Amino acid sequence: MPNNLMQQPLAAASAAAPNWLAAAHAEARERWQAASLPTRKTEQWKYTDVSAIDREFVPGRAVSVDAAALDARVPDCGGARLVFVNGHYDPALSSSDPAAGLHVARFADADESQATLIQAHLGSVVGMDRHLFATLNSAALSDGVFLQVDAGATVHAPVQVIWLTTAQTEAFAVNQRLLVLAGDNSAASVVETFVSFEGEAASFTNGVSEFVLQRGATLNHYRLQLETGSALHIGGVHAHLDRDATFNSFHLGMGSDLKRIDIVIEHAGEGAHAEVNGLYLPRGREHIDYHTCMEHAVPRCTSSETFRGVIADAASAVFNGRIHIHPQAQKTSAILHNRNLLTSAEAQINTKPELEIYADDVQCAHGATVAQLDELSVHYLRSRGISRDEAQVLLSFGFVNELVNAVRSEALREFLRHLLAARFSRDGAALTQEADA
Amino acid sequence: MLVIENLHARIGDEDILKGLSLTVKPGEVHAIMGPNGSGKSTLGHVLSGRPGYEVTAGTITYNGEDVLALETEERARQGIFLAFQYPVEIPGVSNMEFLKASVDILREHRGEEALDAVTFMKRAREACTLANLDHSFLKRGVNEGFSGGEKKRNELLQMMLLEPSLAILDETDSGLDIDALQVVAEGVNNMRNDTRSFVLVTHYQRLLNFIKPDYVHVLADGRIVRSGDASLALHLEEHGYAWLDDEVA
Repeated sequence: MPNNLMQQPLAAASAAAPNWLAAAHAEARERWQAASLPTRKTEQWKYTDVSAIDREFVPGRAVSVDAAALDARVPDCGGARLVFVNGHYDPALSSSDPAAGLHVARFADADESQATLIQAHLGSVVGMDRHLFATLNSAALSDGVFLQVDAGATVHAPVQVIWLTTAQTEAFAVNQRLLVLAGDNSAASVVETFVSFEGEAASFTNGVSEFVLQRGATLNHYRLQLETGSALHIGGVHAHLDRDATFNSFHLGMGSDLKRIDIVIEHAGEGAHAEVNGLYLPRGREHIDYHTCMEHAVPRCTSSETFRGVIADAASAVFNGRIHIHPQAQKTSAILHNRNLLTSAEAQINTKPELEIYADDVQCAHGATVAQLDELSVHYLRSRGISRDEAQVLLSFGFVNELVNAVRSEALREFLRHLLAARFSRDGAALTQEADA
Repeated sequence: MLVIENLHARIGDEDILKGLSLTVKPGEVHAIMGPNGSGKSTLGHVLSGRPGYEVTAGTITYNGEDVLALETEERARQGIFLAFQYPVEIPGVSNMEFLKASVDILREHRGEEALDAVTFMKRAREACTLANLDHSFLKRGVNEGFSGGEKKRNELLQMMLLEPSLAILDETDSGLDIDALQVVAEGVNNMRNDTRSFVLVTHYQRLLNFIKPDYVHVLADGRIVRSGDASLALHLEEHGYAWLDDEVA
């Protein structure tokens, strides 16, 4: 049965995209049309229901946005900032910060040499056969962000890419794409932030970020998924690490009906290292799903991964952490930890470490725990005059604090502390709702 | 004033307190001694409203209020403080953050102005010094990785900052070396005044060499079987608890 979903956004993308994307479109569309949406019987989607996507979406439309309202919702780390509203680049909200060794271009206005580089690398990390939604992303490409860091360059200020979705009358789709090419021995940081201003209509963001780290490159990456309400998000972070490259990736997921993020890291050169940390904090009836996969394809690479979740109310979360150590990947060291705190009897978590190890000389540690609020800890705090609610806030915050403290950027740490303090307190929740209204 | 009358309490099916009565007036220091299993710690747990402890009979009032009708945090706001025998470790929540939250709420309840951050820090550091804890303990997770003695001194630190009107110290002396014991005793002695009362729950007379109680009570099989002045503690030190068997029988 041919797949008729997303026809309007696909047509709009065709009209808007630069010519050189046509080839990528053709193959991806062929695959998309032949595919069907995953169901609960699809192993990778067993606990995440995507039927909310199975509907008509119109293309996202450019809308003017109050800069102050946006600034209140996103971190300010200095550096260049690119803002997209409903998928459309907004020059008024964006700012450039020319830094030596850093080149920022959009697909839509890339010059010839940039277009050549983009074509050479786009889709090289996430292949067409890897992930249905990445394929859809390629099929619907019209614009995206290309960041190139020159070999040997160190760029101090992080580049921020902000994807905002805001009120439209009909349900709309946004296609987000980021391609980062980090040259040999370069160092840089990228912050991806996804936010929404709540409207009546649902939105569906399909976000794919690809990272190509060449020899000895270091990239600090942050992906904050802060959309609220019915702003749905299915996205992927796909990184390719060459010899001695280091990829540090921090993730935060909170705040909307459905979020599914796949993180796939391919260690392709010896000595590569990945550190991936993440927090997911669903509440109400929200659902957040992180699927991570560490591909260890060559010897002497390391990966360290820590995810923590606080699941409140009737919310649910999925964490699936896969470590795949190929036969030739001797001397691999891979660590994976996942801890979950359920703060209500109705909260749900499905966590699964998934280890496939085909090499015999490796170090691999993993663990997953699920706990409820410790009653004795609550009692101890209450015995000092702190209310039960406030105790819950302190304990939930304490549970995630360690990962926030490990965030490398001070500006981002501060932003996260305020955001989480508000997230875990009732007053904060009220304030956020007011800001939305 | 704390008035406990005919208190009966149990954990699960096991009756622990069987008719305990005790009156503590403002400014008084009472020591409660007794053998293991006599119900000493249960008294503290019941006063703090710890989950799992059920009061089956009797009353507790504090300044005329029915304590048993109050939630744990409301008891704390009324000025009741329990120094835990086994303080709880709370990783990720800094001692400072915890103390600030607690001090803020208690001050608010007492109708006092909130302390600004600088004043609070200053007081917290002073209390640290008095409790013989390095200032770095303020930044660490609550009791996280603290030694037994450090946990006890952290309880003392909290007591000094929270300024309760009634403090129950549940075997705060156990496991402390003589220096740490003196630190705790000095902390208590510095806080003694005409209105603040203390209940020292202890197995050993040792602590009472440093804090002179007004009254000593002997708890056995869930009831107070003997009360006296400080000399009763010396008697216990000399004769142990074995003679109690006759009294309880």
